[in-house]
Amino acid sequence: MHGASLLQLYVFLLAGFVGFFTITRVPALLHTPLMSATNAISAISLVGSLVLAGAERGRLASVLGFVAVTSATINVVGGFIITDRMLRMFRRAPRPGGERR
Amino acid sequence: MTPRAALIEAAYLLASILFILGLRSLTHPDRARRGMQLAALGMLVAIVGTLLHQDIVSYRWIVAGLALGAVIGYPLGVYVPMTAMPQRIAISHMFGAVAATLVGVAEYHTLGDGAQVGRVEMAALGFEVLFGALTITGSFMAFGKLQELLPSRPVTFPGQNVVSLAIFAAAVALFASLVADPARPAAFYAMVALALAFGGSLVLPIGGADMPVVISLLNSYAGLASAATGFAIGNDVLIIAGALDGASGFVLSIIMSRAMNRSFTNVLFGAFGSPPAAAGKTAEGLTVHAITPEDAAIQLAFARLVIVVPGYGMAVAQAQHQVRELAQLVEKNGGTVLYAIHPVAGRMPGHMNVLLAEADIPYDKLKEMDDVNDQFKNADVALVVGANDVVNPAARTDRSSPIYGMPILNVDEAKQVIVLKRSMRPGFAGIENELFYRDNTAMLFGDAKASLARLVQEIKQL
Repeated sequence: MHGASLLQLYVFLLAGFVGFFTITRVPALLHTPLMSATNAISAISLVGSLVLAGAERGRLASVLGFVAVTSATINVVGGFIITDRMLRMFRRAPRPGGERR
Repeated sequence: MTPRAALIEAAYLLASILFILGLRSLTHPDRARRGMQLAALGMLVAIVGTLLHQDIVSYRWIVAGLALGAVIGYPLGVYVPMTAMPQRIAISHMFGAVAATLVGVAEYHTLGDGAQVGRVEMAALGFEVLFGALTITGSFMAFGKLQELLPSRPVTFPGQNVVSLAIFAAAVALFASLVADPARPAAFYAMVALALAFGGSLVLPIGGADMPVVISLLNSYAGLASAATGFAIGNDVLIIAGALDGASGFVLSIIMSRAMNRSFTNVLFGAFGSPPAAAGKTAEGLTVHAITPEDAAIQLAFARLVIVVPGYGMAVAQAQHQVRELAQLVEKNGGTVLYAIHPVAGRMPGHMNVLLAEADIPYDKLKEMDDVNDQFKNADVALVVGANDVVNPAARTDRSSPIYGMPILNVDEAKQVIVLKRSMRPGFAGIENELFYRDNTAMLFGDAKASLARLVQEIKQL
């Protein structure tokens, strides 16, 4: 195994640890937004799709790249919007001392 | 490193940091929104950075893909109702996996159909398309079941697990042979096809109530496919984001399985509920106590503590707004209303929380199982809205029950239990629920939404 991929393995494992310890602290209350959030974030595979679609490596590669860019963009746009929509709904009870309706 | 490459790497590093901060913010609902906006900013930075990449010579396909993706993604974000969230999440796992898989296939194809692929890179590509392809069909199948395009009950045939495992074993064998010798396109494409078939055959026999585990696992696989893409094309931000997603799905799967007292293997290959013969005790000789809306309304109107237990039935009937109306009336009469949420209530992790939050119920009233379970004994009324297996006392007492050992909500400790239920049909697991036959349980039959509306009306008239 050459050096670069060994380094990548480090990055993967360390990021996995960070993810594990962060996610275990997310309350069950927010598990659905968590799912849509991680889904939106992992649509970062758009980055790979963009290079594929723009690199002119032949018609097939471009078309596959186009479909990949489309799919990933759906998740980026839809994913962040819907996560925000959900998180906006979570609100606290008004304080007892506050105004009554 | 050229200045341009350095700039791109800096953008990726910034994006990675913002992603982690975004996920970190989800540990608290008050900070979550701001944090996720930062993560979205990180995404934008990463995309703009990538567009500077020296390999990109034409923007034609890129612009077309971005535009089409935005046109499809925007309505999926803005207009999909909260009740459709499980299938929405399932289909988005599919889109993510499609992107990862296609990048992998194209990478293999453009590198001389494997001729210029090294072994290490082949291993990365192999993981990428294996995880990606099985997530595509698995998620699509989950979407079909949740959207009710496919039967949500387990679809089984004799020898199913053997067939599934044989497909999987064949795909893994091809993978191993490709790492030994990457330049065999037929093997590569056969492996993709087998992984696609495996994804479908894996999810087909899994029933609706097991969907929380399946969706979490697919979430994890989609993330791992992204991470493998990062290995294959040497991109660190992909590895980091994929690892975060993979870890998240993994943690959720563990939480969900634990909440059902079952192992992954059991969920994936157990075909829970498929043999209805496995039903524990039968209900012969027992009687249920039906209650009229008038009587139920009186009990609720004078209760000091009401604990609402929502389940999938509430989501199906879309009754969350009626629940809130009822709760407001109880609170106006001086009572307290809490919501007891079982981790696997509904069809995905956190399903009930999102629905109740949508109905404008403050999140501090939504209680996790462990926090609320010892409060049932103080409750005057436990109101079960469309939940069944998660309140079945057989999980505590009946060793022969398929759900024995699953942690449940202790609704039976409440002074009075009122169960809103369409009929006496058993729940998903096909097990009779002895809660329904207890002396302190009263059944209010009918559609949950209609029953709740009726209760609201009755309380107003008191």
